[in-house]
Amino acid sequence: MKNSLLLLPLLLLGVWGFAQSKTGSILLKNGTVLTVTKGTLQNTDVLIVNGKFTQIGKNIVAPAGTKVVDVTGKYVMPGIIDAHSHIAIDAVNEGTAPVTSEVWVGDALDPLDISIYRALAGGITSVHTMHGSANAIGGQCETIKLRYGAYNPEDLRMEGAPRTIKFALGENPMRSHGEGRGIQPRTRMGVEQVIRKAFADARDYDAAWAKYNAEKAANPRALQPVYNRRLETVADILKGNIIVHCHSYRADEIYMLLNVCRDFGVKKLCFQHVNEGFKVAPELAAFGAGASVFADWWAYKFEVYYSTAYNAAILTRNGVVTSINSDDAELMRHLYHEAAKSQHFGGLSDDEALALITINPAKQLGVENRIGSIEVGKEGDVAVFDQHPLSVYAIPQLTIVDGIIRFDRQNDKKDMRLEVDPAQPIPAFNMENYEHVDRCMQGTEDLWYYLFENEKH
Amino acid sequence: MRNKSGFLILFMLLAATALSAQVAKPRKGTFALTNATIETITNGAQKGTLLIQNGKIAAMGASVTIPAGAETFDCSGLTIYPGMIDGGSSVGLSEVSSISLTVDNDEIGDITPQMEALTAVNPNGAAIPVTRVSGVTTTLVVPQNGLLPGTAALINLVGYTPDQMYAGAKVMAMNFPSAGRRGFFDQRSEEDIKKEVERNQKAMNEVFDQAALFARIDSAAQKDPSLKKDFNPEMQALAKVVRGELPLMIEVNSAEDIKAAIKWVAERKLKRVIFSGVAEGWRVAEEIAKAGIPVITGPVLALPTRASDPYDAPYANPGLMHKAGVKVALRTSSAENARRLPYNAGFAAAYGMGREAALRAVTIVPAQIFGVDKEMGSLEVGKDATLFVSTGDPFETKTLIKYLFIDGYLVPIDSRHIQLYNEFLNRATGVEK
Repeated sequence: MKNSLLLLPLLLLGVWGFAQSKTGSILLKNGTVLTVTKGTLQNTDVLIVNGKFTQIGKNIVAPAGTKVVDVTGKYVMPGIIDAHSHIAIDAVNEGTAPVTSEVWVGDALDPLDISIYRALAGGITSVHTMHGSANAIGGQCETIKLRYGAYNPEDLRMEGAPRTIKFALGENPMRSHGEGRGIQPRTRMGVEQVIRKAFADARDYDAAWAKYNAEKAANPRALQPVYNRRLETVADILKGNIIVHCHSYRADEIYMLLNVCRDFGVKKLCFQHVNEGFKVAPELAAFGAGASVFADWWAYKFEVYYSTAYNAAILTRNGVVTSINSDDAELMRHLYHEAAKSQHFGGLSDDEALALITINPAKQLGVENRIGSIEVGKEGDVAVFDQHPLSVYAIPQLTIVDGIIRFDRQNDKKDMRLEVDPAQPIPAFNMENYEHVDRCMQGTEDLWYYLFENEKH
Repeated sequence: MRNKSGFLILFMLLAATALSAQVAKPRKGTFALTNATIETITNGAQKGTLLIQNGKIAAMGASVTIPAGAETFDCSGLTIYPGMIDGGSSVGLSEVSSISLTVDNDEIGDITPQMEALTAVNPNGAAIPVTRVSGVTTTLVVPQNGLLPGTAALINLVGYTPDQMYAGAKVMAMNFPSAGRRGFFDQRSEEDIKKEVERNQKAMNEVFDQAALFARIDSAAQKDPSLKKDFNPEMQALAKVVRGELPLMIEVNSAEDIKAAIKWVAERKLKRVIFSGVAEGWRVAEEIAKAGIPVITGPVLALPTRASDPYDAPYANPGLMHKAGVKVALRTSSAENARRLPYNAGFAAAYGMGREAALRAVTIVPAQIFGVDKEMGSLEVGKDATLFVSTGDPFETKTLIKYLFIDGYLVPIDSRHIQLYNEFLNRATGVEK
């Protein structure tokens, strides 16, 4: 107890220096570089200066003072991107209404979450941390970089990344609102109408403001519409300023949202989970919608009972921009392995499989010009493995974010918490996540308890 | 006319062939797997032929005589492994885990040892073909929750009735009163948890006292038929544990709970005990080894149990216990994700267990723990023909299973996931109406 109290300031001091700068410089010497977009380069150096890739080639000479790491025999790939996660936030669901577009998980960032470090130890560098799926139109999400060591929540944000918002179809909004609260939606019909109404209201709201703005100079008595952040946000979706990421499972509901979005001119659309995306892959491709899927999770609820682990392969072969995500703090620790499953289930090539966790999720988040591949000019996010990352035996060795080493297996301190509660030097044993639970429903525990615990005992 | 009927017969034959091709069923026969690499597990790797006859491995090696009429599979470049055994799952017991009416592993009541997992196995559950085509041929299906949720059964993932699937081993499942939390939805206070643990430990001791007494009365009644016996299925089931007829498999995970369980097992003088779960086994590996209690651990692909733990503790756990001298088998503890068993083993291998020990941990070791190592768990002449032929290391993600045999049956490489792939990869109709 006393010891841990003494350790606390030391621990804080230790990570302070680490957290000072957001970008760094590093030269990785003589690795096998899996660029993802420009092929595989043998015995190649990668130079990152001030957080950006500046040179990729042989015999690169680093500027004086640059940290040099020999990666002979190791594999260097772009930092892995998880397009669906709920880590590093204090709140997941504002499950109080079928439309809650006014809320934003970016207001609840938690830089101390140990899940950030655990994800880094799986080669992850960027994460789309999302609102939950209790509502047909949920809250806005945040694309973050795993700058573990930072204490300021602001330091997690990927500055300038496009805004995104969570939508949800099917069982979760039906259960939260229809079953849980006796209001629409209780069916997939209701889900469609909730979204159509929100879009229509937002269009009217936007028109009212446009009208007011046009006439206010000439008419000082023009009536200003009441500000409504909920509708303001939905209006931003209609204007193409926000990418929709929609929790979905069944083919019919996916197809429904394609039609709704088409009717309202919404083009930036990526489906999440989308277990039955394979059934409407040609429709998804024709629309240009993305699909962010699980590698092989299924049967945990009825709407994923008719799934196939070949989903990613079918979608890819049909021309849909596809990623593999985790939606789970455990699964995100081995997304490289999840991507490899697309080789078992559907025979994707190495580059196709790696694209599922790098350049493709980057496209879905609108940041493909910044991250997702090893190319000069892009941000210096890298994961280094001892073996090919698609091998089950591969162990992540080094994870670099913006040129700064954030995980190093050789210097892993075992206890990597940033914050130690002096009253509880050893945190309680907690068998979390032993079986799959729908993380998207986090924040609706009362309902969860009601549905599962009471029922069983 | 004759021609016409001839065509008709030909057509019907073709239709029948097409139909039987559509519905591939497991079938028995004499099968010769030639030119293979044979990973025996117990006797190293061999080159040659493996012959399956009457459901057993009839011969194996470089100089096998292939009987006339045997169906031959050229396995050049391929490797034969014994079927993998999942040391704990709900395959066939749980169909859709969020829909309680499809979940048959969790009966009401705290002390229900008479519940038989085997009874509720659905031989046609969708997860069964999905699991077996990954090389997982055999699994222990385990009742869940409460102190004594029921009797677990080892099943092969082929058959039309539970008895056809039964693989000859049962164990009594028990959940050691735990001081841990069950998940993020577990909002009990520390004090409430402590009280519950004490209450549960008292109940546990009472029920085992009763079982010991029942066993004595029952033994006396067997000698003297005039002694009346009440219908007491709970005690009848537990008496088998007291007498050592049935192993007791104790689910225990936190370090404190493991130590308490070791002490309790010694005090009770229980002979045939298995620990399952054992998530923090790495903390007390020496103690477990000293107690000589075998362990079924997993899933390996799991989160650390404490925020302060090394990130790779769950991956390293099987290896650390193995190195300390514990007999370690692996499990998925899952229903629909049981096909991830080889990947769990792969991670255990990479993070310290080594490939050979990890391979044993999903084959011969669980077979030994369940007492069926004379029938399965390795490739040896006389053992059940439960094996698969793969393109390589079954833990490696991209490896494919080419042929699958369970209990002598040639099982088609087919499942709903594969059927959906075949139907939807190139969908017949496009985007036009």
